[in-house]
Amino acid sequence: MNYRRSYFIITALSFGFAFLYLPILSMVVFSFNASKLVTVWDAANSPTLKWYFSLLHNEEILDAAWISLKVAVINASGSVILGTLAGFGLARFTQFRGRFTFNAMTTAPLVMPEVITGLSLLLLFVALEQSIGWPAGRGITTMTIGHMTFSMAYVTVVVQSRLATFDSTLEEAAMDLGARPIKVFFVITLPIIFPAILSGWLLAFTLSWDDLVISSFTSGPGSSTLPMVVFSKVRLGVSPEINVLATLTICVVTLMIVGVSLWMARASRLEKIAA
Amino acid sequence: MSSGGRRPTPFLERFGVTGRALVVALPFVWLLLFFVVPFVIVLKISFSDVDLAIPPYKPLLEWVGQNALAIHLNFNNYAFLFTDSLYVNALVNSLKVAAISTLFCLVIGYPMAYGIARAQARTRNLLLLLVILPFWTSLLLRVYAWIGLLKANGVINNLLIWVGLIHEPLTLLYTPLAMYIGIVYSYLPFMILPLYANLEKMDWQLLEAAEDLGCRPYQAFYKITLPLSRNGMLAGSMLVFIPAVGEFVIPALLGGPNALMIGRVLWDEFFSNRAWPVASAVAMLLLVILVPFMMWYQSVQARESAGAK
Repeated sequence: MNYRRSYFIITALSFGFAFLYLPILSMVVFSFNASKLVTVWDAANSPTLKWYFSLLHNEEILDAAWISLKVAVINASGSVILGTLAGFGLARFTQFRGRFTFNAMTTAPLVMPEVITGLSLLLLFVALEQSIGWPAGRGITTMTIGHMTFSMAYVTVVVQSRLATFDSTLEEAAMDLGARPIKVFFVITLPIIFPAILSGWLLAFTLSWDDLVISSFTSGPGSSTLPMVVFSKVRLGVSPEINVLATLTICVVTLMIVGVSLWMARASRLEKIAA
Repeated sequence: MSSGGRRPTPFLERFGVTGRALVVALPFVWLLLFFVVPFVIVLKISFSDVDLAIPPYKPLLEWVGQNALAIHLNFNNYAFLFTDSLYVNALVNSLKVAAISTLFCLVIGYPMAYGIARAQARTRNLLLLLVILPFWTSLLLRVYAWIGLLKANGVINNLLIWVGLIHEPLTLLYTPLAMYIGIVYSYLPFMILPLYANLEKMDWQLLEAAEDLGCRPYQAFYKITLPLSRNGMLAGSMLVFIPAVGEFVIPALLGGPNALMIGRVLWDEFFSNRAWPVASAVAMLLLVILVPFMMWYQSVQARESAGAK
């Protein structure tokens, strides 16, 4: 390849990544700062783990994290089912009535401002409660439904693009040999798109775990999620415990992403060897 | 497989319900119920009167007497949006902020996406991972990081004072600048990823051919790379612009009390003023403005995937 390394591109990449990572790095560094002022380094007593211990004893944050975890797990599992079905339908059935509408419905939640989705879901839940008595009040159920509605759109995209890159002749061959479509799906399609489904699950989990706006609209009394608690704290300014929380989040996400991409790289190498 | 003969028609297919229909039906019905129907309800409530009740709006349809149905259609909420300059200003300001942020994302993101697309396979995956990683880390926490950087005794001010460039801390937090930084910072990966996906498919031999024929590198870039990456630029811009117009978290945390963004106005109408019908009217207005952009995005996506085949 006759591509000269351009200093401009290298500078742009360096500055871009510095822009993306320095703020994250600063949170990690200051999570070890003893001072309550967070950004004023207390050289005498730092680094320290004291805010890590105080986070572990913060009941409010722990309770909220537990609620967030429940919502995120149910949401991710539900979104994977709905999103896989939708992605499969869009990738494999090129013509059916309502395909255009269906495609639009799965794309719109990706870009729709969250305040609109949140408000509309809440009004739906209120109207449903008034007319059929379900859902009675708002809480984990309504939040999960709200999260699934936008998470499934992301899973759909991931699954659909994975299906678009793999050859459907394998599926056709199996069907020619007499396998039922449903068997073909479970024996051939599912194992091939499994990495996409896994990353879809993780993506849906993270989207739900991080969501503030839709949760705020659809939650009820006593069901504050972690982002809701963080938001109310952060509005008042910086807090050392939030830095700790951020550091822990970054560690988990990094481990997860690196792990999954190594595993996927290995899977795709094996695929190439097999082919 | 052993019988080999024709299978009896499955039960549901006798009624014209095929397996295909069932696959699509579940997500279809879900989205219809929890994504489309809610908008109808928002539309309905945007025409209601505010009421001091739970929920705080008056019914649109009411049975009066025996068989008469009274419809209380009320356009006051919409009229109100246009009489109080707050809403129009917030809307115009949101569109402006989103457009400028999108432009900055494009200017910063394009060279990055280009650099990643032209890097060697091993480096490319690493760089791509580095773009995706912040995208997976909580938006709220990444915006929070900027509070620590920008505040009066924050990292940037401390650094500038330590270097001796300034003596008094600058007011950075709760300014429009802080809000722009926050939006560009948060949405940058959404610009880079579709641009990269587009540039990665580019046939670089076209550039070599152009250079062989005497084209200067910047000319080749301007005449070949830029037009060919049009769909990537459009897709990335829509992914930044549309959600940024309705952004709530970033203006609320970094923008200060004067940061008039429509998403924030909607939030305050709903949570602070409990004016659900007004909030619904704001949502409808915002939706009407954004739907054309969403349709544009969808058609760009369709073109892009058609081109890939």
